[in-house]
Amino acid sequence: MIMDGLYYLAGLMLIAGALFSLVAALGILRLPDFYSRMHAASKAGAVGSGLALLAIALVSFDAAVILRALLGIVFFMLTAPISAHLFARAAYIAGYRPAGGFALDEMNERPDAN
Amino acid sequence: MNLVFLVVTLSLVWAAVTGSFTVLNLLLGAAIGVGAGLFIRERIESPHLLLRLRRILSLALLFFTELALSAWRVAVLVLSPNMKQKIAPAIIAYPLTVSTDVQITLLAHLITLTPGTLSVDVAEDRRVLYIHALEMHDREALIASIKSGFEAKIIEAFQ
Repeated sequence: MIMDGLYYLAGLMLIAGALFSLVAALGILRLPDFYSRMHAASKAGAVGSGLALLAIALVSFDAAVILRALLGIVFFMLTAPISAHLFARAAYIAGYRPAGGFALDEMNERPDAN
Repeated sequence: MNLVFLVVTLSLVWAAVTGSFTVLNLLLGAAIGVGAGLFIRERIESPHLLLRLRRILSLALLFFTELALSAWRVAVLVLSPNMKQKIAPAIIAYPLTVSTDVQITLLAHLITLTPGTLSVDVAEDRRVLYIHALEMHDREALIASIKSGFEAKIIEAFQ
């Protein structure tokens, strides 16, 4: 009974994780500029893979697998923001601006801005 | 966080990563942990481990709630038909209160993973964090919500 519940829960989490990954991909496709796309990739993507890993941890019943799944989540949470941040920073320094411009750009005012 | 705690944690992480919990493997992990600990021994000290642990847990809880909310909001935004009208991108300068590298890194991380905001850069003098906002409607409100949320909790956890 409890086992069944766990499997259903893991299945639901897998579906939710897959949906979030799909939304992340759609976001990269639909959002209008590079910076906005990074939002979709860093958040929805991280949550999507996190949910999938968590589902594996739930139904594996193996300490080594559970720990590695949890570690995978931690590493994902650590690395996704770093890449998003580096991409955004590189894009800004390279001079890329969204087509409609920023509503407000305070980074422009700093001395070492390009 | 004292050295013993660090070594035990590192040894467990080692065993988890390599996937075997044998005594020999745990000892190997501990040896590597001691080696790693020696490199950073000057920086490991803390008065109230348990109190700190509770604050770190409270920070983690806030983070996971915000992360779930964030993913949901991005999902709603991406799937809404009039997405382009909703987006008002902006880069704002966030005045930092935290000062050490670890705290700034953590704050930048948390900001990136929460609704509508993405860390872009830190100023050379480490007083300002530049944040890209997806939908900026109120600059002051955005800054205030980070100040009283993540930054306050980080200061609590690390003081």
